[in-house]
Amino acid sequence: MKTDELIGLLAQDAEPVAPHAIEQRFAMATLAGLAGGLVLMLVLFGVRPGLVQDMGLSMFWGKLLFAALLAVGCVAVLRRLARPGMGLGYSLLLLALPPLVLWGLAAVALGQAGPAERLGLVLGSTWRTCAFNIAALSLPAFVACLWALRGAAPTRLAWAGAGAGLLAGALGALAYALHCPEMATPFLAVWYLAGMALPTLAGAWLGPRVLRW
Amino acid sequence: METEQRLRPLLLQGLEGDTDAYQRFLKELSAHLRAFLRRRLAQRPDEVEDLVQETLLAVHNQRHTYRHDLPVTAWAHAIARYKFIDWLRAHAVKGALDVPLDDATELFSSSDSEAAEARRDLGQLLQTLPDRQRLPIVHVKLEGLSVVETARITGLSESAVKIGVHRGLKALAARIRGTT
Repeated sequence: MKTDELIGLLAQDAEPVAPHAIEQRFAMATLAGLAGGLVLMLVLFGVRPGLVQDMGLSMFWGKLLFAALLAVGCVAVLRRLARPGMGLGYSLLLLALPPLVLWGLAAVALGQAGPAERLGLVLGSTWRTCAFNIAALSLPAFVACLWALRGAAPTRLAWAGAGAGLLAGALGALAYALHCPEMATPFLAVWYLAGMALPTLAGAWLGPRVLRW
Repeated sequence: METEQRLRPLLLQGLEGDTDAYQRFLKELSAHLRAFLRRRLAQRPDEVEDLVQETLLAVHNQRHTYRHDLPVTAWAHAIARYKFIDWLRAHAVKGALDVPLDDATELFSSSDSEAAEARRDLGQLLQTLPDRQRLPIVHVKLEGLSVVETARITGLSESAVKIGVHRGLKALAARIRGTT
């Protein structure tokens, strides 16, 4: 086939394109991934018994807010990574802000606590399982986010995969927060982020393998 | 700058479904791609036209990733750069990756409308697609029929013809990735 013939053929397929097709795809992946994570949380762990009382605690909402803001930051980065030739702009700053604030709060909490209490604040009572549970709940979102990226054209595949993994981790943490009994910021600053790091690393590894176009 | 001002309206009209404007956009882009790749692949001139075609197909299949506030030249350069690097990796061309590729103006600094023969025949690759994708493409391309006529001949609905062309082009890009 000559190149001119190919061009003619491509022009025949010039169906109108929606300008926000990428954003729509990410919105769908985010909702589907979160829903999947919630279902998995109900099946595997169940909602914590004291959930209703906990709703009076600011830390309960703080956990949800942290995971939700991180997810927003991820989407802001991903919609740029998904497009060829688009720089990252300020989106990385938006992404970095939630963890930085959390680490700041955790440092303050540790500084105010007595030396004997510090280890307890970091380890809580569920440190052995927390990170793996979050990673497990991120699986549906992980698949959904990679699917969303496969409909786009990322040129930095490892970074795009990592971004999809982090978004999935944030959504998994959002679901897990309804089960998790921990309320101390030092615990969250370590184990929630460790839980999100697992799908992030998996995404960075998978990106170059499944996102080629 | 001039290139940007000429290409941008053509692409935008194309994205709204204007076949003629879109064809002119692809035509001009292909000349830039050819000159860019002939310079970059001076050692492998036979491969140039293949890569021009592959890149055009990628630009088409990914046209929904163009954002209206982004320069067309930057977007097209990023796609060309990605496909070029992907090709270099697939062909294990050593040292070639050291060549800086970050200058978006390089792609549009020259153009070359003298197409060479493609080495890989997309027509043959087309034969490997399933009928529901192949037939719409064959009729629309080879015979220059309209969607309505193609629908009548193949017995497919008009939307099935459009979907067949659309999915067929994606499948074609995937086959190329599989063969290189």
